[in-house]
Amino acid sequence: MSSHEVELRALMMASLDGEAKAHRVLLERLSRHLRAYYKNKLERIGRSAEEAEELMQDALMAIHTRRDSYDPEQLFTPWVHAIARYKLIDHLRKTKSSMTDVPLEEASEVMAQDDHTATESALDLNRMLAALPDKMRRAIQYVKLDGLSVSEAANKCGMSESAIKVSVHRGLNAMAAAISRGQKA
Amino acid sequence: MKTEQLIDMLNMNVEPVDGRRLARKLRIALAAGALVALFAALLVLGVRPDLKSADALGFLLLKLAFAVSVVGVASLYLMKVVRPGGEQKTHSLLVLAPFGIIAVLAGLSLGNAPSSHWRTMVVGDMWLECLLSIPIIATLPFAVIVWSVRRFATPTDLTRTGAFVGLVAGGVSAMGYALHCMDDSLPFVALWYGGTIALCTLAGALLGPRLLRW
Repeated sequence: MSSHEVELRALMMASLDGEAKAHRVLLERLSRHLRAYYKNKLERIGRSAEEAEELMQDALMAIHTRRDSYDPEQLFTPWVHAIARYKLIDHLRKTKSSMTDVPLEEASEVMAQDDHTATESALDLNRMLAALPDKMRRAIQYVKLDGLSVSEAANKCGMSESAIKVSVHRGLNAMAAAISRGQKA
Repeated sequence: MKTEQLIDMLNMNVEPVDGRRLARKLRIALAAGALVALFAALLVLGVRPDLKSADALGFLLLKLAFAVSVVGVASLYLMKVVRPGGEQKTHSLLVLAPFGIIAVLAGLSLGNAPSSHWRTMVVGDMWLECLLSIPIIATLPFAVIVWSVRRFATPTDLTRTGAFVGLVAGGVSAMGYALHCMDDSLPFVALWYGGTIALCTLAGALLGPRLLRW
């Protein structure tokens, strides 16, 4: 078993338990691996680093919002790879590129490389936020951007804490769906 | 958007995650799909009137055993393939076992019967009703399970996931239809039950990539 698997899986288990520090380290590390993976794939068909960054953010968002689909009894890196590959194929299909130009199985290891050179993607957080229904937008703004606690946000919105949690959850899912539809709105 | 921004947002106030939620939601959907299929079959077709006879009851149980084993094995695989990468650990050949067993039993029963009976044994009285009922009833559990997979799961092999959803839907539909069906011969069950369930599986495989994208 690779050292990536052991370390990343430990981070994942901690992040599933709600440990923010582990969650951040996990997302940062995965973002670097995914960046290298997508840049490498998209470069071959002449696509930009921005496009790779956007695809990586799409995958990262999916990993975060769908982290309950990881079965802790299974290896972690194949789960990440399956999502990364799924997002790649989906992206190629949407942008009408021929998949034969991009060897999919060649590096089955998403973890093989990492890339620290971040670019900015064309996604606009504020516009994505603005497209959300009011309740979700406010919940995300307070809890995920301003950093208020759930109970503070609940007071401010006049909603129950569980309603805030649900709104945050749904809002993130809606944003993830918008990103994967490629709507920059 | 910078990735840093995205990570900051995702990481803010991060909540623990319930790892059993997906399996729980899916089990609820499977149970709901089965109930819907049974109700639809009872409502539209009704129970066969001759259940007091031991033969009829025996054949009903046999048909149910076949359908239940199809559903049981298919559900186990479905629970795996709804997770990213789940298809890699799934060889899924075991789903053929119930079909193989019923085919062998059908062959034996044909072998023991005079060939003049074969036609009635295979075609039965109500083959057309069976051919139509199982796929039509199956659309209901199919819709319920597809809804749940779309909402809660993230399969990465959509064809295979669709096929399993179709297989489960066809299986629970066959359970419902069995309550009504009066064609009591093994070759009939093997051909018309097996065939229609296979048809549902194929339809699921074709629809999967369209319906299950996320």
